[in-house]
Amino acid sequence: MASKTININLKIWRQKNANSKGSMETYKLDNVSTDSSFLEMLDQLNEQLVNEHKEPVAFDHDCREGICGMCSLYINGEAHGPDRGVTTCQLHMRKFKDGETIYVEPWRAKAFPVIKDLVVDRSAFDRIQQAGGFVSVNTSGRTIDANTIPVGKAEADKAFEAATCIGCGACVATCKNASAMLFVSAKVSQLALLPQGQVEAKQRVLNMVKQMDEEGFGNCTNTGACEVECPKGISLENIARMNREYLKAIVAAD
Amino acid sequence: MSKSGIFTSSLAKKYWMALTGLFLITFLIGHLLGNLQLITKTGEEGRRAFNEYAYFMGHNIFIKILAYATYISILAHACLGLYLAVKNKQARPQKYAHNRPGANSGTASRYMAILGTAILIFICTHMANFWYKQKVAETVPLHYVEVKKVQQGQDPMTGQQITQEYTEIQALTTMGVYFPIGYINPQTHEKEIQIKPEGTKFKDPQSGLVAAEGYKDLHTVVMNFFGQSQQGQPTNQLAVWAVIGYVISMFVLMFHLWHGFVSAFQSLGLNHRKYNKLISVVGKAFAVVVPLLFAIIPVIIYLNR
Repeated sequence: MASKTININLKIWRQKNANSKGSMETYKLDNVSTDSSFLEMLDQLNEQLVNEHKEPVAFDHDCREGICGMCSLYINGEAHGPDRGVTTCQLHMRKFKDGETIYVEPWRAKAFPVIKDLVVDRSAFDRIQQAGGFVSVNTSGRTIDANTIPVGKAEADKAFEAATCIGCGACVATCKNASAMLFVSAKVSQLALLPQGQVEAKQRVLNMVKQMDEEGFGNCTNTGACEVECPKGISLENIARMNREYLKAIVAAD
Repeated sequence: MSKSGIFTSSLAKKYWMALTGLFLITFLIGHLLGNLQLITKTGEEGRRAFNEYAYFMGHNIFIKILAYATYISILAHACLGLYLAVKNKQARPQKYAHNRPGANSGTASRYMAILGTAILIFICTHMANFWYKQKVAETVPLHYVEVKKVQQGQDPMTGQQITQEYTEIQALTTMGVYFPIGYINPQTHEKEIQIKPEGTKFKDPQSGLVAAEGYKDLHTVVMNFFGQSQQGQPTNQLAVWAVIGYVISMFVLMFHLWHGFVSAFQSLGLNHRKYNKLISVVGKAFAVVVPLLFAIIPVIIYLNR
């Protein structure tokens, strides 16, 4: 199959460091293969910039196969670009037209400050996880095999679906309120649905929501944008589940 | 945690938004059923039914409790909503240079704060036009009717049998009967009120005891406001604008409910595959039908002017 190439214009957010003021810069990039991924296109741009003795564009990436949650980018007004159910590394240049102008911006949220160019600090997510997104299993050698606890298939599937969240932050980026509810609800749900997680369910949801609020994320207004843009298709049902879990926890707090 | 968490956390604020919102949705049903009497019944019968209903709504203790719950809900829903809107704006200090929110969310869902603010302005004008006049300013006239009467008698000079026509003024009282309080002078055509009300109360001139209580004529105030000329009261010259403003406000309410009804259930955690379809269909139907029924009432009053 013969590969097609396109010429594109790029408008990319450039910011030297966390303290400097950034701006949108325009670049022209020719001969981009439509079979290349969006990140490969950025690699090509950086090669061009290095050859011109210019500072390459900093952007997050790691596995480049859609499972690590490292890549981000707000492309043409949408998190992870115009495609559905994919991360930016899985987005292909065939989704763009020849001569098109493509806007590339970092995730925008108070809780996700820009470090450099398109790289943002997503450690707020780590702190939310550390606040309660775990099971305090006794690891002194007398733990039992998880598979000895019976779990219904339907519950297990829901927990697994919630656990597919890769923590990329697209939900925050796309939400008009920069709310982290989809992420936090997925992390609450994956444990609340399983017997191992239910032991600490009340304190977990209280602690994780408290941390979420402290990080400066906005509130959920149920627009549903996060569910649409989530590369893993995490459902709004998880947010409702977290709302239930939290209600249970504050009504029947110890 | 539990004590303060009920009010301070982001999720708890959403519960209060949902609970007050759902309460106000039930309030809309009651308000609509009351308003529909304005067009379902006509003439003196309709006027009487509406004024009696308004009196009942203002005096029944159970309704009074609901009314205070409604005032508190409106204030809480508006204040909390505006607070959340400001907080949500602050959560993204730097805007996107290029954003396509329409690609992943409904329009109504993104403009709830603006729609809500518009509704709040409507509620303020609405209460100034009707609620304030009825409850605070006491500028609503009492429910009077003019009844033509024929008096038979003898002329004291000639001894001839004479019939005299005159118009009696009667007040509708809470006892359910029309109570004569005066007449129209046949010579001067001026109203001669013999029993003047104090507020809504008619007192016995001798004993000073309250003999009867009249109904406020809110029906006539509403009819005049939307362009009808009734009971000799001046018609609102700006009635056409009142009708247009009212109809636009109901469209705003429609969009607010389009997202708000379903959203309230999600905020309270009531999201289940079995019931989502039902909640969505009922919510969207409610969002369209209720504001539409509200809106046709002033239109019909105006067209029948």
